[in-house]
Amino acid sequence: MSGIFTPFLFQSAVQAISPILLASLAGVLCGRVGVFNLALEGQMLVGAFAAIVGGYFSHSALGGVAAAMAGAVAFSLVLAYGATVFRGDPVVIGIGMNLLASGLTAYLLRVIFGVSGTFSDPGIVGLGRIAIPPLIGMPILGWAFGRQSVLTWAAFALTAVVSVVLFKTPVGLRLRGVGEQADAAETLGIDVARYRVGTVLVAGALTGLAGAQLALGAVSVFAEDMSAGRGWIAVVAVMLGRNNPLYAAAACVLFGFADALSINLQSEGLPNQLTDISPYVATLAALVITHRRRTRVLKPPAEVDAATPGETATTQRAVH
Amino acid sequence: MPEIEAVGIVKRYGGLVANDGVDLSVDRGEIHGVMGENGAGKTTLMSILFGLQTPDAGEIRIHGAPVRFHSPIDAMAAGMGMVHQSFKLFASLEVWENIVYGAEPRRGPFIDRRAARAQVAELAGRHRLAVDPDATVGELSVGVRQRVEILKALYRDARVLILDEPTAVLTPPERDALFGVLRRLAAEGRTVLLVTHKLHEAAAITDRVTVLRDGRTVAVLRTAETSARDIIRAMIGRNVNLIVEKGPAQAGAPSLAAVDLTVAGAAAKPVVDRVSLTVRAGEIVGIAGVAGNGQSELVEALVGLRPPDGGRVEICGIDVTAADVETRRAAGLAYVPEDRAAVGSALTASAADNLAMGFQRAAPLARGGLINPVAIAERARALIRRYAIRISSERAAVGKLSGGNLQKVVVARELSHDAPVLIAEQPTRGLDIGATETIHARLIAERDNGRAVLLVSAELAEILALSDRVLVMFEGRVLADLAQAEADEDSVGLLMAGRTWESA
Repeated sequence: MSGIFTPFLFQSAVQAISPILLASLAGVLCGRVGVFNLALEGQMLVGAFAAIVGGYFSHSALGGVAAAMAGAVAFSLVLAYGATVFRGDPVVIGIGMNLLASGLTAYLLRVIFGVSGTFSDPGIVGLGRIAIPPLIGMPILGWAFGRQSVLTWAAFALTAVVSVVLFKTPVGLRLRGVGEQADAAETLGIDVARYRVGTVLVAGALTGLAGAQLALGAVSVFAEDMSAGRGWIAVVAVMLGRNNPLYAAAACVLFGFADALSINLQSEGLPNQLTDISPYVATLAALVITHRRRTRVLKPPAEVDAATPGETATTQRAVH
Repeated sequence: MPEIEAVGIVKRYGGLVANDGVDLSVDRGEIHGVMGENGAGKTTLMSILFGLQTPDAGEIRIHGAPVRFHSPIDAMAAGMGMVHQSFKLFASLEVWENIVYGAEPRRGPFIDRRAARAQVAELAGRHRLAVDPDATVGELSVGVRQRVEILKALYRDARVLILDEPTAVLTPPERDALFGVLRRLAAEGRTVLLVTHKLHEAAAITDRVTVLRDGRTVAVLRTAETSARDIIRAMIGRNVNLIVEKGPAQAGAPSLAAVDLTVAGAAAKPVVDRVSLTVRAGEIVGIAGVAGNGQSELVEALVGLRPPDGGRVEICGIDVTAADVETRRAAGLAYVPEDRAAVGSALTASAADNLAMGFQRAAPLARGGLINPVAIAERARALIRRYAIRISSERAAVGKLSGGNLQKVVVARELSHDAPVLIAEQPTRGLDIGATETIHARLIAERDNGRAVLLVSAELAEILALSDRVLVMFEGRVLADLAQAEADEDSVGLLMAGRTWESA
């Protein structure tokens, strides 16, 4: 088994982590403002498709990334307004968006490129790997980060940025407050809906980056449903990390290594049907372990009767 | 010139008129009471003054100049501050974060944490509101949370402070401390609007009182020249008994007994710590205590909702310690739970179904394993009539009922269970004077009919008025068992704060 912890394992793990990490940062931001984002899978898929479209027509990687962000943000408008202004249930909206993304990208693939299944074209410029010479020679750190795409570095840098914004800036404090107790934020003059819409759209841009990394990272290709459950794993990472970007990132690292390990185990001769399940086994195991721990700690909060003034007046007098 | 005025305020919610031409005028440096029964329009008026609602007609004036508040930001900019009845706090955030939220001191793009904490500490010291800026709000007691709310308003330099039922959650010492704070704020020229329906509070602290009834201003009274009876008459439009009338208890055999009852908690210390009590037929035993000192857990253990970790429960001489709720009810237990909405009733079910619950297995409501809807409806109509429950029909869902009417549904159902033991937990919380009176009279009547009544209430006045004996709970233990004659607000108040009888 000593052959498992190779430089390649670290490189492929970090590469597997980056789209999940970007998506889970999006999920963390949404969770912090009280919008449970189950649509990460679909948002990522739309981002990946838009990246290929943008890359194909602009002949540049930058054009692809920009299109991915724009496409994912546009798609996120459904969640941003649906779960706030139109008071929809974010879970229902999220599931709907995932189904829509799958069908929509497959349909547009046929309309725009006239193919079904997968699409790639030599005209599409991928992100490519950029080598950082001083890092490459170093064990572990060099294996992990020496040759990666810009978006992979961005994913880790953005984890730090999101943490700092959430916990050190006025905007972050307000976001946390909006998610924790929206009516309290409102009485302090915060426009809750605006903060929620804005945050969901910024999160949409992050899922766009996640999609761009998927479509343009290693090879430049779009395949139907190519997000392949990564968005769901990001959702789990958000829940495991309890909306904390650093904890969520730790969960992503775990999943990334499980994913990379499965590829290595295949080369060791294990059947791929077995090794493919390893990220999901890791997910389930992590869920069960943390859930057991949490149920023991949590106790129900002592709630005082909570009602908005309008509701109080209405219910009190409804029958009089 | 008045500091703040409301003139002819009208606010409708659909067909319902919450404010129907309310006038209010408050002077600078005054502590002004706003009184009225539930539904009189107090909370609506305060929401309008704080910009949470906009009036359909009428205007607000500050120093005589009309202002329009479209949101709390406008109101805060005009010097208004509000302490809501249900606190608007972020439990997971620290005290200083709660206070500076929305108006954070900055250093570059970041929050200036040090400056924020220093400002909060300075503010707390200046107004003698002891709080630790670094404490997490969720871990604070209710009294301290209220101080955080007041500091939030003062941080924004509120010149007019609105407090909506601020004492509902406080112990007597906490209440007195709050009143001290309010007096100092008024003395330094701030204006305090105190919404309350407690007469003794209005008498103790206000300079003037505005009384609302059915959405209108019915009286503006100078407190020093007014009797409690005048205020009550203005509030409900008729005379009422301030004191509950009852004769001496004719206590009989023990009906409910707990022996060394213990409930373990998350911490090492048990939530209910070897509590022994006996309630005899024909007496009301009151359990006083600040909410959260084990009363809820004690009741749950008595009723069978929570298995005890030690001790024994007996109902009418039968050991029911290991029995489930159904068996205990059959042994002779009726229970009016604290939370009438979540525990006491099924909000989406009809009044008829709610009134039938617990009786659905036996005749006459069940026949051959099927329930009999005709009998259920008949029974419901009879109870609705007897308890004067205001509801359109027995088929209507109880979720639409007002708090008082919903409580009547729960009480009607529990009292129709002819059990020798009744446990009533916060039976009048949130009810207006009329509904409270009705429930109090019922409890006395049940006692006189020979029931054993265990009354749990955070409202000390209620315990003192109704109970033949008073037990005081503190941190899971019963500190004292007082006869009615020995129990008064001072003695029980001290015990509620944890001082034992001897040291008090």
